[in-house]
Amino acid sequence: MRFERRRTAVTADLDPGEAGLLAALAEDLLSLLGEGADEQAAAGDDPLSALVGLSSGPVAPPEDPALARLLPDAYADDDGAAAEFRRFTEQDLRAGKRASAGTVQESLVPLLGSGGRLSLDRDQVDAWLGTLNDLRLVLGTRLEVTEQTVLDVPGDDPQAQALLVYGWLGWLQESLLHCIEPRGGAR
Amino acid sequence: MTAPAQLDRPEVEDVTTPDRPWVAIVWNDPVNLMSYVTHVLMELFGYPREKAEAMMLDVHTKGRAAVSSGTRESVEHDVARLHAKGLWATLQQD
Repeated sequence: MRFERRRTAVTADLDPGEAGLLAALAEDLLSLLGEGADEQAAAGDDPLSALVGLSSGPVAPPEDPALARLLPDAYADDDGAAAEFRRFTEQDLRAGKRASAGTVQESLVPLLGSGGRLSLDRDQVDAWLGTLNDLRLVLGTRLEVTEQTVLDVPGDDPQAQALLVYGWLGWLQESLLHCIEPRGGAR
Repeated sequence: MTAPAQLDRPEVEDVTTPDRPWVAIVWNDPVNLMSYVTHVLMELFGYPREKAEAMMLDVHTKGRAAVSSGTRESVEHDVARLHAKGLWATLQQD
């Protein structure tokens, strides 16, 4: 599987295993981004707050390091400002990332079980780029990768499978980026 | 008799001085692809490739780079957009 630029779309041929794996990863990302969102939604139902336009979003960063990497603090040295920023922006940030993961998931539905050709328009390409990146951030955080991490480890290494997937996602993202580079005029 | 000592009154810099611009900082992280960081800087800020690549290389080699500046409000907006793209960004007053 690799992404290729065609006249009106970016395409990739997926075997059933690739389609299934990507769909499962997108599903995991959706559920990770949904964690803690229920309490926020309940708090957002407060009619008085809604009436006066008060945001009631979260103020503390997520405890899960992978989720915290997707939803980082905006101020490095000012916890108060970071909390205030988060209160007003985190729900939108989650919603945007969930929308992208949902787009990826939908585009894979016709390929589940059988594989086949994925064909992406420009908006779908953006969703795929963002979701591939979010997936790599989550996996990379879980695997504690550094710039020196070797991805090709012996098969009996307990992290071998996850490192392989992580490396593959990076390769896919790179091939997708290559497709949208404005070389040769066409984009 | 001595003259009363002149009391030093150090000029305390007001941390919210409006004329000091705010900057959005992108921090290095081991996951984001160099090509992706360049792509995001070109797309979000309309920078030409050379400028975006230079900033990306600063992030990679120096650990951080200022990628935009302006009022606090506009830079907060930039940081939110960088977070949406998965870049590790913060803002601070220059």
